[in-house]
Amino acid sequence: MTEQQLIKVGMADLNIASGGEALKTTGLGSCVGLTLYDSVAKVGGMAHVMLPSSEIARESRINAAKYADTALPQLIERMEEAGARKARMVAKMAGGAQMFAFSGGADSLRIGPRNVETCTAILADLGIPILAQDTGGNYGRTIELDSTSGTLSIRSVQHGIKEL
Amino acid sequence: MSALDRLAEFELDVLKEIGNIGAGNAATALSLLLDKPVDMDVPRVSLVPFEEIAERVGGSEQVVIAIFLRVEGEAPGNLFFIVQQQSAKSMLNQLLAMETSEDDRYSEMEFSALCEIGNILAGSYLSSLADFTNLSMAPSVPFVTLDMAGAVLSYGLNQYGVMGDSALLIETAFLDGSEALKGHFFLIPDPESFAKIFRALGVPLE
Repeated sequence: MTEQQLIKVGMADLNIASGGEALKTTGLGSCVGLTLYDSVAKVGGMAHVMLPSSEIARESRINAAKYADTALPQLIERMEEAGARKARMVAKMAGGAQMFAFSGGADSLRIGPRNVETCTAILADLGIPILAQDTGGNYGRTIELDSTSGTLSIRSVQHGIKEL
Repeated sequence: MSALDRLAEFELDVLKEIGNIGAGNAATALSLLLDKPVDMDVPRVSLVPFEEIAERVGGSEQVVIAIFLRVEGEAPGNLFFIVQQQSAKSMLNQLLAMETSEDDRYSEMEFSALCEIGNILAGSYLSSLADFTNLSMAPSVPFVTLDMAGAVLSYGLNQYGVMGDSALLIETAFLDGSEALKGHFFLIPDPESFAKIFRALGVPLE
């Protein structure tokens, strides 16, 4: 097998892959690694979403990849430019952990579960089915999406490697 | 982000001094705990892009022991004490004369001892800051975890996410002259806390 080209997606960043390339993002905690895949065009997309909604943004220029509500439309657009079709896209996601278990506390500390809830709601609005997910818990994850198969592999310190 | 972008050299120096005092006290506490001299680096205060914060402790995927405390009170923020596994094992050996296993497994007892070390250090760090600034700063119950540095630290950055892609970091490393005892303190004050800290220190803003 030839060495697969790996495209790194940083925190609050998004990117697409095709032609056998793979996408990878490391150290997801409360952030959500949201991936889309079109199995006909063999185009994949990945966003490392940090916060649920851009409505709370106080920055002057919004980084679309950071918020679930702005990252998804941009990811879809990028994938369509690469030949994918929205109607064929399926989603897989991982992350959204609650790294430290506070009882009660500020809502801002529940950011992981809120990220997952928002991503789920937006995907439903867009009519994109969620094929699989590995979210929640209290541990970090590193994920990799293979654009040939659409397989999402998830690695964590406590639970080893899982494939979705 | 604008308020942070405009931080002047002088203001960064003030924050560095805050880190210095806090970490100095924590180093003394650690040195008492371990009954041996503990040094610390001059603190670094910088506006660090989210992506690079985990690089300071070996990268986003580096597995570390992290003790986290939420700082509550007038200047809230997040406090992390992060140690590499090798250092964690060596602290356990020295402090508790515990036989630790070679691999990355920890007993409940070991975890709880590490949590307590973090708690004592963070407590002395915070109480000196509180004395110095005259602001109330109380640590929450500490949490300890073994996980990827990126996943742990990103938890402390969410408050910053709404403002931009960098966070202000007050960072100090401890060492005992070797790699055997190396830990990083990260104090990530909430964005709202700066004005309060500066005001408390009599530093005029604007």
